[in-house]
Amino acid sequence: MRAVVVTFPGSNCDYDCLQVLRKVMGVDTRFIWHREHELGDPDLVVLPGGFSYGDYLRAGAIARFSPIVEAVKRYAGRGGIVLGICNGFQILCEAGLLPGALRRNDSLKFRSHDVHVRVETTDTAFTRAYRPGQVLRIPIAHAEGNYIADPGTLERLEAERRVVFRYTTRAGARGEGGNPNGSANDIAGIVNPAGNVLGLMPHPERAAEGVLGSTDGLGMFESLVAHFARERVA
Amino acid sequence: MSAYVIEIRVTPRRGLLDPQGKAIQHALDSLGFAGVGEVRAGKLLVIELEADSADEAAARATRMCEKLLANPVTEDFVIEVGRAAAQPEAAT
Repeated sequence: MRAVVVTFPGSNCDYDCLQVLRKVMGVDTRFIWHREHELGDPDLVVLPGGFSYGDYLRAGAIARFSPIVEAVKRYAGRGGIVLGICNGFQILCEAGLLPGALRRNDSLKFRSHDVHVRVETTDTAFTRAYRPGQVLRIPIAHAEGNYIADPGTLERLEAERRVVFRYTTRAGARGEGGNPNGSANDIAGIVNPAGNVLGLMPHPERAAEGVLGSTDGLGMFESLVAHFARERVA
Repeated sequence: MSAYVIEIRVTPRRGLLDPQGKAIQHALDSLGFAGVGEVRAGKLLVIELEADSADEAAARATRMCEKLLANPVTEDFVIEVGRAAAQPEAAT
């Protein structure tokens, strides 16, 4: 399995993603600069967190015009697996690879702390290693994570079970202060209709080693590695 | 070609909760400004543009908004086209 992590000017979680993929999971992983036009032929593309282009105009709005994002669109169109974390999720929405948008947190504050998210579907390449309904403790670090989409899109996301992660309490209950940013339907992460592009605001790569205080994010990377191991056998 | 100055106001879409506007509204309330209704906070972009006509300038600005400057999911935009002030050397 081979992975690339796209680095934009202002990315700051690129090394965290490299660390978990290369060091923890042993995946052949390299960085790719946003000015590149080709991805090579990876199995996984990660758009990491950070503040690409200083979040000028809107988070992700300018990054999506980077040459590499055109390559990511072509790759995703062929079914390639794309994971967008935090700023990466914002870029995927701005680029139209995922529906909706991420607005300013309802608190107006930059929220940087652990949250609890419930795994809503394990039927994706990103979540097979989890149990359905499993509650994960994973950090967030964002000012614009307030997911919104028009009512029709929200209905479709729910009906098609494309809400993959939802903010909950520690016990896995909705409401009661579990939602850190005002996201519609407590949405923390979604996939595209084909299931190969996932975006989420929490940072699984920051919860992937014991020394980080939680290993609840590791399941996502284990799921992806298992996915490609299975593909090779098939 | 003429020089135009385009002013584009981008505001949170009507009907969507605007937390920033709400916070400003509360601040105005607590300062004693009476009669303050809904406040919405957006941004103003001022763009200098060479174009053949005001209509063409407006059409190009609309495309800029649709492609980059406003997010159709969350924002509305209003465009105003004005002529750029004459250059000093042209005036003398």
